Amino acid sequence: MLRLEGVNTYYGRIQALRDVSLTVAEGEIVAVIGPNGAGKTTLMNTISALAPARSGTIAFDGQAIAGLSPERIVRLGISQVPERRQIFGSMTVQENLILGAYHRYRRDGRQQIERDLEFVFEIFPRLKDRVKQKAGTLSGGEQQMLALGRAWMAKPRLLMMDEPSLGLAPLLVKEIFRVSGELRDRGTTILRVEQNARAALELADRAYVMESGRVVLEGTASTLASDARVQTAFLGRTGE
Amino acid sequence: MPRIPRSKLARIAAIIVLTVAITALVIGLGSRKNLQPKHYVQLILDGFRGGSIYALMALGYVTVYTVTGIINFAQGEFVMLGALISISVYNMPLPLPPAARLVVAVGSSILLTTLIGIIVERVAIYPARLSPTVTLIIITIGVTITLRASALLIWGADPYVLPAFSTLVLEDHIFRFGGVTLQAQSLWIWGTLAVVLVLLYVFLEHTITGKALRACAVNRRAAQLVGINPSRMSMLSFGLAAALGAIGGIVMGPVTRPIYDMGLMLGLRGFVAAILGGLVSAPGAVVGGLLLGVVENIAAGVTNPTYKSVVAFVIMIGILLLRPQGIIGRGETGGEQ
Repeated sequence: MLRLEGVNTYYGRIQALRDVSLTVAEGEIVAVIGPNGAGKTTLMNTISALAPARSGTIAFDGQAIAGLSPERIVRLGISQVPERRQIFGSMTVQENLILGAYHRYRRDGRQQIERDLEFVFEIFPRLKDRVKQKAGTLSGGEQQMLALGRAWMAKPRLLMMDEPSLGLAPLLVKEIFRVSGELRDRGTTILRVEQNARAALELADRAYVMESGRVVLEGTASTLASDARVQTAFLGRTGE
Repeated sequence: MPRIPRSKLARIAAIIVLTVAITALVIGLGSRKNLQPKHYVQLILDGFRGGSIYALMALGYVTVYTVTGIINFAQGEFVMLGALISISVYNMPLPLPPAARLVVAVGSSILLTTLIGIIVERVAIYPARLSPTVTLIIITIGVTITLRASALLIWGADPYVLPAFSTLVLEDHIFRFGGVTLQAQSLWIWGTLAVVLVLLYVFLEHTITGKALRACAVNRRAAQLVGINPSRMSMLSFGLAAALGAIGGIVMGPVTRPIYDMGLMLGLRGFVAAILGGLVSAPGAVVGGLLLGVVENIAAGVTNPTYKSVVAFVIMIGILLLRPQGIIGRGETGGEQ
């Protein structure tokens, strides 16, 4: 479904992604783990075209998408839950969700959008209670739900989540993970970036490990979870 | 240097002292000119008239600033274009009754000015969109000079007049209440401001494009991530600002004498109104505009009309020094969460 080959991304003169290759197959949950500054967020932004790749190929359903605008990427079916949520704080919960469906608003019509809103409220009942509230007044966990709901409203085929568990209480992390599992069961493919490697690996099919802009390891989630290097580096175990 | 009092009590006390001092000053100066209460009412009424125009302009500044981060100094030129285009169209020998000619003039002026706003964005701003904001602001100054010079070529250096809307002649209908007079055109101006505010509210709050425009103002990056094209929103904001400017220019056509260089002073006053309101808030812009109109008019009334334009600048310097976040609201900025 998604294939990156030899992707290099720069911020000015600083290289943030080095020769990154990665694939995501339809229906998978793929995790990308790695320490702060490894280039995980840049990876997502490169796919979303917010930080365009300088070289390499990115293909979605076999179609080259590097060089397209961020709006085109969303319309093709790739949606991102950005790091630190990035919700529209001064707008209401409902407005945030409706804006998630911006690219298909005219095509699908008001009624379809209302039905999709109902689905989001079904998976996150807490958002329904706060539908008219300004998004900036929500708790961190609710904002994360909103960011996820907003990304889902785009009806993406590939949903990318950047650190969805960052700064959340364990119970909320569970909730977010449960929902991403549910979305996958409904046919959404998921690419998720996490520092919280253990949780990420538990729920993923396959995973990539990144370090200073490179992919250093890849494999099925269970292999990586038992890999000695991953254990020492990310799972906080000493190599006994 | 003395610090500005931060605690609430001190602030309230400061406001009361200031208000009393200013009122005393105004009454003191006014009594030298034998001003009666009715004169003050008159000054305030006329101030609201000018203030409505400033409010429309300030809305234009706020629209462009929140969406693009640019202070569009060409805003005053949109007002000039709106006024002069409407007069030119009105004076065309169309085989229509005067009232219909006025409607055509108003409609085509708004449309044309909006189009010019969009062209300005595409030709001058869009190619430079990746430059620093300061560069873009300087570009708008270049646009200002270009538009003003073009207007000089088209309309010459003489002022024009648009007939009053109600009478369709130069003498406007005047209402008298006691010693206070009110031109019918003032009612048109206030009515227009009210209608524009309602339309703007409906557009921004209840249409998907309006919401997208706000989203772009709140968080540009997140807006891109939901598929909003910021460059299209930038174009839209310039078109909207130009339309707001044109409407202001048209309704003030009968009460001022529109001239090719009117945009300079008006633009600066509209800008002062916008920063009075904090530069990011539409209601703030309206209150700022009305407030500036009234303050300016009272100050000119109790002293000397030639000081009128000084007032705006004194206010501007005062605000930028003491409360750069505006005096209305807390000056929330949009941006990242």
